[in-house]
Amino acid sequence: MGTSGVDASLVGRVFTATPPFEVDRSAIRAFAGVVGATAPVHHDPTAARAAGFADVVAPVTFAVVIAQGAESEYVADPASGIDFSRVVHAEESFTHVRPIVAGDVLRTAVHVDSVTERGGLALVTTRTEITSGDDAVATVVSTLAVRGAES
Amino acid sequence: MSPLRTTDVGAELFVREVEITRELLVRYAGASGDVNAIHYNDAVAEAAGLPGVIAHGMLTMGLAGSALTDWLAGLDDDGVARVVRYGVRFSRPIVVPALGSTTLVVTGTLGARDDEAGTARVDLRAVCDGVTVLGKAQATITL
Repeated sequence: MGTSGVDASLVGRVFTATPPFEVDRSAIRAFAGVVGATAPVHHDPTAARAAGFADVVAPVTFAVVIAQGAESEYVADPASGIDFSRVVHAEESFTHVRPIVAGDVLRTAVHVDSVTERGGLALVTTRTEITSGDDAVATVVSTLAVRGAES
Repeated sequence: MSPLRTTDVGAELFVREVEITRELLVRYAGASGDVNAIHYNDAVAEAAGLPGVIAHGMLTMGLAGSALTDWLAGLDDDGVARVVRYGVRFSRPIVVPALGSTTLVVTGTLGARDDEAGTARVDLRAVCDGVTVLGKAQATITL
């Protein structure tokens, strides 16, 4: 038996210290190439502009790169009690106000929305709000399952 | 008019097969910054209680999302921007062999349509070796 060790008292905390994420074309192209996003708007600035975008468009799950970097401010903090060697990813969702494009400089706020213990397993849900200036761009909700330590 | 307004609910929209290799996992680690060793090192994966090296859940989600957005890009030039929400549960891991590949089959079906809201739900099925690897994989798109 064992407990997950996750500190539920951090629910409600918001982490905002991650520096702004500068989205560039090469990062979008590399990510698009791996996940099989072959539409020209992900690769070719001319095609992207012709389609009405400011620059090449990030694939629909690219925001995870931004969110996971920001989440680590919470997840990797020893105060969270999360042992990453015992973590599996349980759920993920993206809500887009507008597509992310090359040239965006994006800020993040990671909200610790819930920690639910169930039989030595903790489900930890974070919500990362991604913004550009005063404008909302995307919301990434991620649930990690943290197994209890064996004893 | 968008063809989505006249497509029957329940209709299959697209199918895509993707070969998942260790090389793809390493490339995803580099492109995403997710360098957890369970996605490239057998010893670490086995020590974590896994049957072997597994694909990043987010790679699987990304591959399924691209099958959808590539299909949407075929509807109109800015079609990739139709996706307003995309969510999944990671129900089963994909074990990726050291040599060769395993095949992921992604199928998109029109799950529901809300003409008043101007949106539709696309249900994504992701199957590897006969096993469904994503649960409740759904995208909300604008019509």
